[in-house]
Amino acid sequence: MYTMSSKIKSFSLILIVVGAIGLAYSFIDAPSSVEEVKEMLHSDGASHEGESVAMEANSSSSSDAHGDDEHAEHIYHQLQNKPWAAIYVPALFLFLISLGVFVFYALQNASQAGWSPVLFRVMEGISSYLVPGGIIVYLLLILSSLHLNHLFVWMDPEVVAHDEIIQNKVAYLNTPFFLIRAFIYLAGWILFSKLIIKNSRKMDEGFDLRLHKRNFKLSAGFLVFFIVTESMMSWDWIMSIDTHWFSTLFGWFVLASILVSAVTTIAIVTIYLKGKGYLEHVNNSHIHDLGKFMMGFSIFWAYLWFSQFLLIWYSNIPEEVTYYAQRLEDYPVLFFSTVILNWVLPMLILINSDFKRINWIIVFAGVIILLGHYLNFFVMIMPGTVGESWTIGIPEISSILLILGVFIFTVFKALAKAPLTVQHGAFLEESKHFHY
Amino acid sequence: MSHYESPIRKPLVTGDKSYHDVTLDVVRSVEGQANKSWWVAFSIALIAFLWGLGCIVYTVSEGIGTWGLNKTIGWAWDITNFVWWVGIGHAGTLISAVLLLFRQKWRMAINRSAEAMTIFAVVQAGLFPIIHMGRPWLAYWVLPIPNQYGSLWVNFNSPLLWDVFAISTYLSVSLVFWWTGLLPDFAMIRDRAVKPFQKHIYGILAFGWSGRAKDWQRFEEVSLVLAGLATPLVLSVHTIVSFDFATSVIPGWHTTIFPPYFVAGAVFSGFAMVNTLLIIMRKVSNLENYITIQHIELMNIVIMITGSIVGVAYITELFMAWYSGVEYEQYAFLNRATGPYAWAYWSMMTCNVFSPQLMWFPKLRRSIMFSFFISIVVNIGMWFERFVIIVTSLHRDYMPSAWTMFSPTFVDIGIFVGTIGFFFVLFLLYSRTFPVIAQAEVKSILKASGEKFKKIRAEKGDDAKLYVEPKQEPLPDFSAQFNSKSNS
Repeated sequence: MYTMSSKIKSFSLILIVVGAIGLAYSFIDAPSSVEEVKEMLHSDGASHEGESVAMEANSSSSSDAHGDDEHAEHIYHQLQNKPWAAIYVPALFLFLISLGVFVFYALQNASQAGWSPVLFRVMEGISSYLVPGGIIVYLLLILSSLHLNHLFVWMDPEVVAHDEIIQNKVAYLNTPFFLIRAFIYLAGWILFSKLIIKNSRKMDEGFDLRLHKRNFKLSAGFLVFFIVTESMMSWDWIMSIDTHWFSTLFGWFVLASILVSAVTTIAIVTIYLKGKGYLEHVNNSHIHDLGKFMMGFSIFWAYLWFSQFLLIWYSNIPEEVTYYAQRLEDYPVLFFSTVILNWVLPMLILINSDFKRINWIIVFAGVIILLGHYLNFFVMIMPGTVGESWTIGIPEISSILLILGVFIFTVFKALAKAPLTVQHGAFLEESKHFHY
Repeated sequence: MSHYESPIRKPLVTGDKSYHDVTLDVVRSVEGQANKSWWVAFSIALIAFLWGLGCIVYTVSEGIGTWGLNKTIGWAWDITNFVWWVGIGHAGTLISAVLLLFRQKWRMAINRSAEAMTIFAVVQAGLFPIIHMGRPWLAYWVLPIPNQYGSLWVNFNSPLLWDVFAISTYLSVSLVFWWTGLLPDFAMIRDRAVKPFQKHIYGILAFGWSGRAKDWQRFEEVSLVLAGLATPLVLSVHTIVSFDFATSVIPGWHTTIFPPYFVAGAVFSGFAMVNTLLIIMRKVSNLENYITIQHIELMNIVIMITGSIVGVAYITELFMAWYSGVEYEQYAFLNRATGPYAWAYWSMMTCNVFSPQLMWFPKLRRSIMFSFFISIVVNIGMWFERFVIIVTSLHRDYMPSAWTMFSPTFVDIGIFVGTIGFFFVLFLLYSRTFPVIAQAEVKSILKASGEKFKKIRAEKGDDAKLYVEPKQEPLPDFSAQFNSKSNS
């Protein structure tokens, strides 16, 4: 049995406290009125001639005062959104990681994998974040729908009134339906995870073919439910932020990001626990397999990233290309660094078979991948919410700390609830002797 | 414990097979004589092929105008068939490469034939880019060769040029991958051959394979590297084929989901074709012990999964067409569902989305007759998918004044029939001259997954001896000989 060390406990609590203080500060620090923003812009404008102001002002040079007002209000909304978007990105990212871990777990069940059963408890432990993570995400969605922020521009009735494109989407993008859908996804995912994990725990008492088959069927059912809800979730929770834009590939692109981050998280937690002397049956062949999945899914992510980018860049249709135009203009470094962090580096590091058996290399590549996919979510969400006013400062970092603290605390607490290796399983013996 | 396999896994080789039995079962069709029904099938395929060849000659000499194309619809059966054949080819690489990466042992009985199918399907596909050209004798202009026109070059921005590279690379790599795997099997036939001519031919084909430890070690490594290269290749090839449409600005064509969705469709149709061919082959070549019900069931499951992915993509496209608010896009899908080609759309939907869902029922997916039926239905559906994407998007797009209809001529149909004939000519010849099962690979899993050996392990435990130890014969007594020699 594993017990959460007091170090991890206090570490995660410190993360939570520091993160919460930072986030609270960011909310207080956010401008509370347009006047405040105007003052800020004026004092700023003196120092660097207001680069962005100049752009905006050009378009309305005849009525300078009016343009200034509009611009200030624009910036005000962005700055007000900042702490919200800052917490939304890691909340969503880490929740989707735990969901991805559970998907990977279900895939292992459904494909009758012979290598992974010794890692099942690690995956179950990480999946336990689905409940608190899901609550956090759902809470944020509810707060958005209560107009406490402008993360989703289509939730603003005033915007919709003047926007014909959004009006045409109201049948899908309306607050009650949005919240109901989100509830169905979350409830479905959590319910499946509870059922499957419960059966796995029950199996610790003795091998039961009926339980094994039941979990096989439940996993297959979950995967079907997941592929449909995941697509819709990514339209709802991410794509609808850029309400005018659409891309058919988007759901699968998000899926690739989720899966690679999830496998990476499994690898890192496994290596940590193995290093502490738990997980006696895990050998470097298991790590090697995880490393292969990390590399494979990284390439898969890059494939989808490139497919979506190339097709939109190539045909350059105005209604689609604005999405990338904005990102290339305001987020050029982040935009391209995701490709380097999520594809180039993982591929170069993990192509070597021997490297995939070395723990620190997997952890090193894993940190790069997780950072890269955080940035991927950042670049998906920020342009539509805070636009050119983005930074990676106190709000963003403290939000990561806060959510990460909750994540670590939940996961390690859950890991301590059951033996770290499943006691029985149809393929457990194969997994214990797994060697590649 | 030298080896362990969960007792829950079903045997992959049934019957009481030893290594030698595997050899005999594989070479039977190569060493034996073709029966009457083989000649009948071969003649039919040959006639279809020759008919198609005639249609091709007619097209090239008379002009593309012999086809049913018009000024609005510049692509129809030609590119439909091209994409269809490329898609079919993908399952071979998927089985040999992707399933190798995922350590799926069941691939071993089917990979040889699946790869052969890939090669032959890509050959058919490769015909269409040439013959649909207005001036196919200038086809070499697509290659970036230095020339006397002041080094007139190709434009690398066109997906049609990417197609040239994709398809030719794909064919070459698949061929090398296939041939490498064939070396030990050709060597086996060479070593068994009694007639000098056969021995000579298979001796050439086997490249002097002698099966030493070092050779095997490198063989395994090459297979793994080629599998690692073939997997991104197989994804990129069909992705590039999908770019032919997706990079355009045509409503119904320009959509970002095409790359993965075409690949999923390719796997879907390819597996269906493998199923069609193997269900016949296991029967006529008596290979039921190697291509078991379980193999068919697993292929059906792949068909079911990829069919569901394709289904999700259809729904995504439909939803996005509505969500986009672009009226052209919305009309493109309305036209598909209710326009003059609605029959094609709905047959596509029925074949591709509904029929694979039947595979959720274990009774159905374990039925050979039903699998055979569905595999053909899927291939029809996937032909319609390409047809629907190409023709319905072209025949009604931006300008209503350019709206028109398409109907094929006998030449369009004749060429398609000809490629089917050509495919079967090649496949029938293959099935009589090549080892249709990778015997070396099957032998490597025989003791782990063979029914006989699994039974022994179940009875006597995991450490049971799976071989008969050769008995030491008493040594002949040389002393008399020795003494007599030393005496003389």
